[in-house]
Order: sequence, then structure tokens, then C-alpha cells
Amino acid sequence: MNELIKKAASLLEANEVQVVIGYGLGSAKRPQAIFVTTPAGCEQLIFDNRCIQNLAVYLTKQEIRKLGKPAIVAPLPVLRSIVQLVAEQQLTEGDLVVLGIDPDGKLLEFSSFKAIESFLSDHKIVIEEKYLKKIEEIKNMPVGERFAYWVELLEPCFKCYACRAACPLCYCTRCTIENNQPQWIPVASHLQGNLEWHVMRAMHLAGRCTDCEACYHACPLGIPIHLLNKSLIQDLSESFGDYGPKISEPNMLSSFDPDDKESFIR
Amino acid sequence: MSEFEPKIVAFVCNWCTYAGADLTGTSRIKYAQNVKIIRFPCTGRIDFMLLLKAFAEGADGIIVSGCHPNDCHYTSGNFHARRRWITFRSLLDFLGIDVRRIQFSWVSAAEGAKWAEIANTTVNNIRELGPYTDYAKVAVHLKKEAKV
Repeated sequence: MNELIKKAASLLEANEVQVVIGYGLGSAKRPQAIFVTTPAGCEQLIFDNRCIQNLAVYLTKQEIRKLGKPAIVAPLPVLRSIVQLVAEQQLTEGDLVVLGIDPDGKLLEFSSFKAIESFLSDHKIVIEEKYLKKIEEIKNMPVGERFAYWVELLEPCFKCYACRAACPLCYCTRCTIENNQPQWIPVASHLQGNLEWHVMRAMHLAGRCTDCEACYHACPLGIPIHLLNKSLIQDLSESFGDYGPKISEPNMLSSFDPDDKESFIR
Repeated sequence: MSEFEPKIVAFVCNWCTYAGADLTGTSRIKYAQNVKIIRFPCTGRIDFMLLLKAFAEGADGIIVSGCHPNDCHYTSGNFHARRRWITFRSLLDFLGIDVRRIQFSWVSAAEGAKWAEIANTTVNNIRELGPYTDYAKVAVHLKKEAKV
């Protein structure tokens, strides 16, 4: 921990970066994102297993970019999001300093985005056993029952878009949901719009989602919407091979293989 | 009770399947009249949301059809579409939306007979499955409000 504080303070001291995006204690002593601009302020930085918010979401925000060049505290999920953002040309080399944290809590330094990518190739996205079981359970329901299951889960959603706001990859300045000529997705708090919103969200993240679960943690109702993403990650890796953010290869859904296999097209 | 007549919406590409369906007509091959064709520039242009809109509007079945792989007028539109369909179909299936009601196919401009066959078998399959109300029911409340 001291290592992280020291490193962050020295970066600010040398004016290599103007802001450090990290975790600090907020109200009720719960971790929240903090933006440190002075070396002395780095004392507030913390990191433990409660720090689950994906800080990469701030990298594309105009308000944060205005603060100057950032350094970002980056555990695994944040590293994955950064690589995906680089792959989508949202970040370029030199835009930021990455203060990586490996799964054991050790500070990592990366010379380039490529270095992050190769680090991640040893830390692939693996869907946890409990989720695999849940997905399997849902897939085994009869089709009508499965629909009823999701209807019940999605009915209470009031489309606060916290899932979108928390997602580092939902950085479009104008989202499909705001497209109202014509009204593409009904915005009223109603099941049809809810279903279509979550289908749309899952589809627009297909092949890009890095499984950070930020959407789920942000949901005020605790709707397990990340199951949609997880199920897609599972199916996509079965259909199109190795899944995960990559700089050197094009995105899964913006590329194709002439030999893609399916069994349902006649 | 009169027999259930399914409503089928077909999203087809301009260059292959639409021309193929034209050939079905000029060849005087008869096929089920339940199919309403919507023409797109390319299968790559068919937004996945449109399929849901069709179900919301009361379609019982959907056909999505375009050029065979390697035949795309725009070189690769159908390859992109194929990846998207694989993804979308898996998502719909996971959500419990009945994917047996969506028939994907490749029909070239020379395959008038194949188009008739696809349309007929789809209509027959949907007739066996019965009306699709699960998804349309979800949209009912909004329609009532809109009418007031």
C-alpha cells in the first residue's frame, strides 16, 4: 500500500501527472473513487478487496480529462478495460500512467499498453463456477419458464442507467436509448423498454465486455444483468475462440472468419 | 374454429434473397402468402432490434435471409451478419425468447425454388408452434396508452 502512495505522490511531485484516480474512503467508511491532485493528498489512497468499482470509467469522461494527465490505480478488471479502450482507440500511449495492482496486491509498472496486454494474457477472463452453474440452470429451463424468469427480474428495472454509467465501455456520448426520432427503445418504466434496453446493452457490449461486473454492482436493485454478459462471453468464446481484450487483434464482433461455424442457417 | 394463420416477417437483402423471391414469382412458383418481405440493402444492415420490434408488433415468426457466404454484394456484409446472428441468437435463447421462430437462411438470386421452400416450411413450423404471444404481451400496455 505504501508503495502505491509513494509512487502516486512522486508522480504528482514531478508533475508527470496532474491527477491520480484511485480509491479512498468515502461516507460510512466505504471505498469510493477519489481524484487526488496534490502529493500530500495521496495519503488518502487505499486498496483492498472492497475496491470493486471500475475506475477506467473515468478515463473517457470530459470532466476528468480536463484535470490533466491522469495516473490510475488499476487492479485486474481496470487493466482489462484499459486494454479494451486502447483497442477501440479511446486511449493512446502517453495518455495516462497505469499503477497496476496484481491479484496479490503488488504494485505493477508497465512500460506500454503492449506490456499490459501481455500481462493479461497470463490472466485470462474466467467465469466463476457459481455463475457457470447459474447460467447452466437458466439454460436448462423450458423456454417459456426462462422468459418468465427474466420478465420477473427485469420488470422492476426503472432504467436509471446506472449500469451504463458504471461501465467503462459505455462511453458513447449519444446512446441508442436517447435516440428519439424515432423512439428506438421505449423509455417509460415498462417491461418492453426494460427488456429491449438490456438486450441492446448486452449486444452492444458483446465481444467487448471485460467481465468486470461494474453494471451489476451499480444496479440499485441488484438485478443480475451481468449474467447476460457472462452468458455471451461463454458462448462467444465457444464460437469464436479466445475471448478477452486485445490490442493486436480486431474486436470480435467487428471482424469475422469466413469459416465461422453455426448450425441454424439453412 | 378457423385454422391459425401465422404472420411471418422476412428481413431480406436486396441483392440475393429479394431477387430470389422475385424469381419465385416470375417462375410462377406458389408459396405461402403469410410472409411479408422487408427489403434491406444488406444482411449486415439488419439491426438486431428490428427482430424484437417485429415480435412486439405481433409477428409469429421471422425469416432473416441474405447472400450465401462469399456472395455478398459488399464483400463481407453477410460474414459480419453471421457473427451477429450467432451472438444475438444465443442472447435471445438465454432470455427465453423462442428462437425456433426465427429462421436464418442463405438464398441466392438464382434460388427461387429454395425461397418458396423456406417460406413454406417456416410457415408450417410456426403453424405447429402456434401464435407467439409471450413477447407481444410485453408490448400491449404501451400500445393501449398510445391510443388514448
